[in-house]
Amino acid sequence: MEGLRVLEITVVWAGPYCGSFLADLGAEVIRVESTKAFVPLTRGAAPRLTQSEIDNLPLYSGGTPGRVPGSRPFNRSPMFNSHARNKRSMTVNLLDPGGREIFDRLVSVSDVLIENNPTETMEKLGVSYESLKGVKDDIIMLRMPAYGSTGPYRDYRAHGVHIEGVVGHTMLRGYEDTDPSYNTTVLMSDAAAGAQGAFAVLAALRHRKRTGEGQLVELGQAENVFPFLGEYYLDYRMNGRTHASLGNRHPVALQNCYPCAPAPDNDDRWVVITVYDDDQWHALCDVIGAEGLGADPELADAAARRSRQPEIDAAIAAWTRTRSPQEAMNILQQRGVPAGAVLNQADAFADPHIRDRGFFQEAFQEDCGTHLYPGPLYKMSETPLSIRRGPVMFGQDNEYVYRELLGYTSEEYAAFEAAGHVGTDYVSGV
Amino acid sequence: MTMPDGALAGLKVLDFTHYVSGPYCTKLLADFGADVIKVERPPDGDQARQIGPFPGDAPHPEKSGLFLHLNTNKRSVVIDLKQGDARDIVNRLASWAEVIVENFRPGVADRLGVGFDQIASINPALIYTSISNFGQTGPYRDYRGSEIVFYGMGGEMHSTGLADREPLKLGGNVGLYQAGAVAAVGTMGAVLAGSFRPGDDENLPAGQHIDVSILETQLGSVDRRQSALLAHQYTGELSRRPASGGSGGYPNAVYPCDDGYLQINGSRMYFPRAVALLGHPPELCEPRWQDPAAQGDPAMRDEFESEHFLPWILERNRAEAWQAAQENRVLSGPINTMADLDVDPSFNSRGVFAEKDHPAAGKLRYPGRPFMMAKSPWQLRRTAPLLGQHTAEVLGELGYAESEIAAFIAGDVVRPGSGFPRKRE
Repeated sequence: MEGLRVLEITVVWAGPYCGSFLADLGAEVIRVESTKAFVPLTRGAAPRLTQSEIDNLPLYSGGTPGRVPGSRPFNRSPMFNSHARNKRSMTVNLLDPGGREIFDRLVSVSDVLIENNPTETMEKLGVSYESLKGVKDDIIMLRMPAYGSTGPYRDYRAHGVHIEGVVGHTMLRGYEDTDPSYNTTVLMSDAAAGAQGAFAVLAALRHRKRTGEGQLVELGQAENVFPFLGEYYLDYRMNGRTHASLGNRHPVALQNCYPCAPAPDNDDRWVVITVYDDDQWHALCDVIGAEGLGADPELADAAARRSRQPEIDAAIAAWTRTRSPQEAMNILQQRGVPAGAVLNQADAFADPHIRDRGFFQEAFQEDCGTHLYPGPLYKMSETPLSIRRGPVMFGQDNEYVYRELLGYTSEEYAAFEAAGHVGTDYVSGV
Repeated sequence: MTMPDGALAGLKVLDFTHYVSGPYCTKLLADFGADVIKVERPPDGDQARQIGPFPGDAPHPEKSGLFLHLNTNKRSVVIDLKQGDARDIVNRLASWAEVIVENFRPGVADRLGVGFDQIASINPALIYTSISNFGQTGPYRDYRGSEIVFYGMGGEMHSTGLADREPLKLGGNVGLYQAGAVAAVGTMGAVLAGSFRPGDDENLPAGQHIDVSILETQLGSVDRRQSALLAHQYTGELSRRPASGGSGGYPNAVYPCDDGYLQINGSRMYFPRAVALLGHPPELCEPRWQDPAAQGDPAMRDEFESEHFLPWILERNRAEAWQAAQENRVLSGPINTMADLDVDPSFNSRGVFAEKDHPAAGKLRYPGRPFMMAKSPWQLRRTAPLLGQHTAEVLGELGYAESEIAAFIAGDVVRPGSGFPRKRE
């Protein structure tokens, strides 16, 4: 998608993830950041993390290289760097004198703007579709508030875990014998917003190609993920039924997560297995040496097996307990039984299939060095995708954007630097 | 009033998909205006037709909630691809289409004569998207998959759930839906490839093959997995399941309230907001709560929750607690069921649901638009097709005479719709 320019005023995960799809496809995606504003959980938990703060953060936000903050921790956060490849970053303080003019000049040479802030935040910044359209008539704007820019929740703040509660996912994903207060945090709706937000931008670009017109696209993140639960909603409409969680079990197939032999690093190990049909059932019984179960006429159909699952689970677990997850998976898959090793991070990097596919790609960044990164999400035969550029550092492309793209002189650039628009660090006090 | 065209109006899509991931990809295309022709196999078509929910729990191939949801705005033709006489029909469909989406097991499309190489020889400009369990290459290419297998291998399952329990999957089929959405992004990226460079307008986009591995859509998911994988590269550490609900820190979990449950996150840097929510009790203003280690201290968490937070939240209902939390900028949300969502004031006032009559299943209210496009909106132009409902119509559009269509039907090469009687109102 070379030639397409996308601006991002995005925070945390949903918006940046959306931009990463477009960046992977070759668009020039420019993060518009500010030296005076740090939104927590975007470039990490806080701008100037101390060692003790880093030590107390969960791995995804505190896992900077070597678990040390470094002089610019905001360039080293895994929760940001994992999706920041292939992007550019510029800084401008929109509400400071001169900021708006810089921003408008940037908008005038761009195709798309993506944002996922609370509605009131964008109002304070004065960035609306109308204001953008006044500068660039065919601009496409994608807004991604939690619940929409209208309605009773328009200013409600949420992370993915809240959105999933509202839309009904939390209720469907706990252990079958515990109430939702035992649920741990997942953020699946951020993934949905990122992917469908990127699809929305591409759809709007096709409309622009056909008609010449841009438009406003509004993606309420709760509304956006609702179709992922469509069959549950239709069951409610058809039958008045609401569902509790099945845990790891399946509504009709025989399915669970089984313990495997502990690994040398003492991490617990597991394998997941799904038995959809009779052939898979007989193959499973054969593999685990449960001839008695396989021959039991009362277990001939899936519904009967599902009703006697605890007894069957015990027989499966007795077999898996002495094997590694990979060994159990490979033996079962050779016999056509769906099975998967539950892969921790080290397992995933070592997995022969994932390696063979080249999913992880090496990338360099000045503040982090060279590491393997999760790569693009699909392979394209004629326009192959790759990590062309490491995770973007704060303000890394100021010179390119101000000088090359917007045509400011070196004097003007120096003045913007002095005024605090241009920087590669947050101003003190942020 | 005539509705405006969808954003993908006129995009011609040939759909060889079944179950969830593939149909969700083509649903996104169809719902935004593409002309999607779904090819189903005889005699029963897409297996999703056999999977519920069904009205009254009575199985019926035209009343599956899963199928009805995933196949809106598509047309259905039934073709027996294993018959030699189907070849000419496939060739005409491949010439017609701009996009093909398929989710057969790798190798099956080739055996059925609709593989990428075969199609590219007929229509070299065509975008061909394959969605499969583990991708079209690699040692696990032919492995079987399921929702839990993809999440277990690809996603953050090993750190989801509690430390002293087994790892836990997510709800329903959300991973398969995500794979479908990601496939739609790749497909549209290919459709638009080369559209943005000056002078490229005359050049038709080159056809290409897009290989979507459901496993990789999880490995690259922003739902903790990308970050955890990279954090492991950065530190050598592994993520672990926490000892209790939430994600560490407090308050940051699902809490019981007077009429249900609410997720509240006022932990770590948001802790001052949680203290404000509770009305600044003097005990919580003591300096020890500001120590960075405090958020990782289980005894302090217990003290905070049992002495301050639970007494506050247990005497409020979901709506009250949610509103009070939001007034203090505390991230929060109620734990709803589908019954709650069905009457949700925001979903209803913003028009998220879409209702339409279906000849077999009757009038139903569906999940509607995922997002709002001001100029080229989502539309429910037609409900999901009956099996083979459009076989004759599509063959006619491909230029076959009525006598030829009759011969295809007589030879069981194609099957027409059964003319399922319209349900009495």
